[in-house]
Amino acid sequence: MDKIHEFRAEKLTSGYENKMILEDIELEIPSNKISVIIGANGCGKSTLLKTLSNLIKSSSGNITLDGKSISKFPPKQLARILGILPQSPIVPEGITVADLVGRGRFPHQSFLSGWSKKDYEAVADAMEIMKITEFANRDIDELSGGQRQRVWIAMALAQQTDILFLDEPTTFLDITYQVEILDLLTDLNRKYGTTIVMVLHDINLSARYADYIFALEQGRLVGEGKPADIITSTLVEDIFGLNCTVINDPVSGTPLVVPKGRYHVKI
Amino acid sequence: MMNESMNLIMVGRIKRRRRFILVTWLLAIIAFALCCTMLMLGNTIYPVTDVISVLLGEQVKGASFSVGTIRLPRMVAGVFAGFAFGISGHVFQTMLRNPLANPNVIGITAGSSAAAVFCIIVLHASSTFVSIASIIGGLATVIVIFLLSKGSSFSIGRLILIGIGIQAMLNAVISYLLLIGQHHDVPTAMRWLSGSLNGAKMENLYALMVTVLIFAPIIILLGKRLDMLELGEQTATSLGVNTDRTRVILIISSVLIIALATATTGPIAFVAFLSGPIAKRLVGIGFSSVIPAGLVGIILVLASDLIGQFAFVARYPVGVITGILGAPYLIMLLIRMNRKEEL
Repeated sequence: MDKIHEFRAEKLTSGYENKMILEDIELEIPSNKISVIIGANGCGKSTLLKTLSNLIKSSSGNITLDGKSISKFPPKQLARILGILPQSPIVPEGITVADLVGRGRFPHQSFLSGWSKKDYEAVADAMEIMKITEFANRDIDELSGGQRQRVWIAMALAQQTDILFLDEPTTFLDITYQVEILDLLTDLNRKYGTTIVMVLHDINLSARYADYIFALEQGRLVGEGKPADIITSTLVEDIFGLNCTVINDPVSGTPLVVPKGRYHVKI
Repeated sequence: MMNESMNLIMVGRIKRRRRFILVTWLLAIIAFALCCTMLMLGNTIYPVTDVISVLLGEQVKGASFSVGTIRLPRMVAGVFAGFAFGISGHVFQTMLRNPLANPNVIGITAGSSAAAVFCIIVLHASSTFVSIASIIGGLATVIVIFLLSKGSSFSIGRLILIGIGIQAMLNAVISYLLLIGQHHDVPTAMRWLSGSLNGAKMENLYALMVTVLIFAPIIILLGKRLDMLELGEQTATSLGVNTDRTRVILIISSVLIIALATATTGPIAFVAFLSGPIAKRLVGIGFSSVIPAGLVGIILVLASDLIGQFAFVARYPVGVITGILGAPYLIMLLIRMNRKEEL
């Protein structure tokens, strides 16, 4: 299986001019697994994802993909291995769903070529996985938020990369669509072995869908491992400052964080 | 199942492609027809055969002078300037993701105009000198605006705001110069400011022609990347576009062709602003509309010039007509953007 990639960050430091956002991050992304980065608002989750994917330059440290520094890859070649779905992509006005998904084929196309048969196949495939085929020739403005999000993910899928980074793919979506999207991404991982790394807001969905968790607190990696091993009330207290108890999710058997507020607490 | 969805996608895409190609050809034919009309119409109307003879270099009594020396340069100036305004307007609107954006926002028109008016009013310079000065003025203004808006990272908002500020300053300079100008210089300056194809001479057009022939193809080749930039910095980067390099090449190319076009014909109002949106409306979305935008630019300039020359008792420069056409569109766009709460 040649979809195995070694993706590492060493002594990674990043941030803006005088404010450091990431400090001394060391990590290796488990190949062919779903990893989720969790942490409180403003802890540097998005920055970590963007830095790992070379959208933001790191101040110091190394990021290597298969032993080669990520900044040394020609942009198109990198884009054939690593796909990224940013948090808030911009929709060009009036574009149809199929054409937008087709933009994901850019790294596979030469300078002037139109769509090849392979491009059509990849687009059709991506749209089928995301269940948006019926909207193919519709204007994207006509779709709902959840449908649009699936279009963006389909665009990243059409890119046919072995590694896929997603920055909060479920924000602004109703819980039904959140679960649906996470299911679809899991399909992708199980079926094609795609390595997925995403930032998620919901710790319980993270615990359920992640094979591996990276926990960030103020720019530092404070814990990593399988959800069952690392999600404890102490960790949640540390990174979110939330008083809680962790029980077994009755549906999945994964850890379930139950917050304790100041009211309605019986124990 | 898979085949069905492939079919659905293919049918739609091929249909959009067919419309794109058909409309682009139609635009080219209209532009060509307008070129012919410009050569035929004038104080004397010459038949197509005479026009063709003149173009082939034969001597035709009467026609050789008016077609070859007066109408041909006028037409060529209109074609190259229209194409230049059309594609560079489209580049800026797409790159800045704003239908209100046009090369004016980076100060090129204001800079060229201020330099030209200064040369006309203060230096009483010749028209060649005015052209050269206006190119330098336009480019210098662009550089100043870029340097001023260069923060830690590229920001469209900052660029537009600084551009507006510098433009206001330069417009004040222009107004001041027009006030202190001598009687006979002011109309010349005003004519320059409104943009006109009058008095175009072949020997003054070569610089514009060469620049457009070199840089327009570059923009056309980068058309697909330009459309990728429209997805936003991060998405474009993640899809393998070298955004910084693409943007620099696109900006330099469009700035150069628009500087030369402005220096040759003056700032023909609204062409850069109108061409892109009209072209997109006609050819649809999904294919690079650089070439259609250029063709619409040619059509707008040539048609407006014909209207300005022949539709009224008095003759008006082309910029006046494009201004009359463009202003309602600007108002419509503002109302629509306001409704969509984009302003």
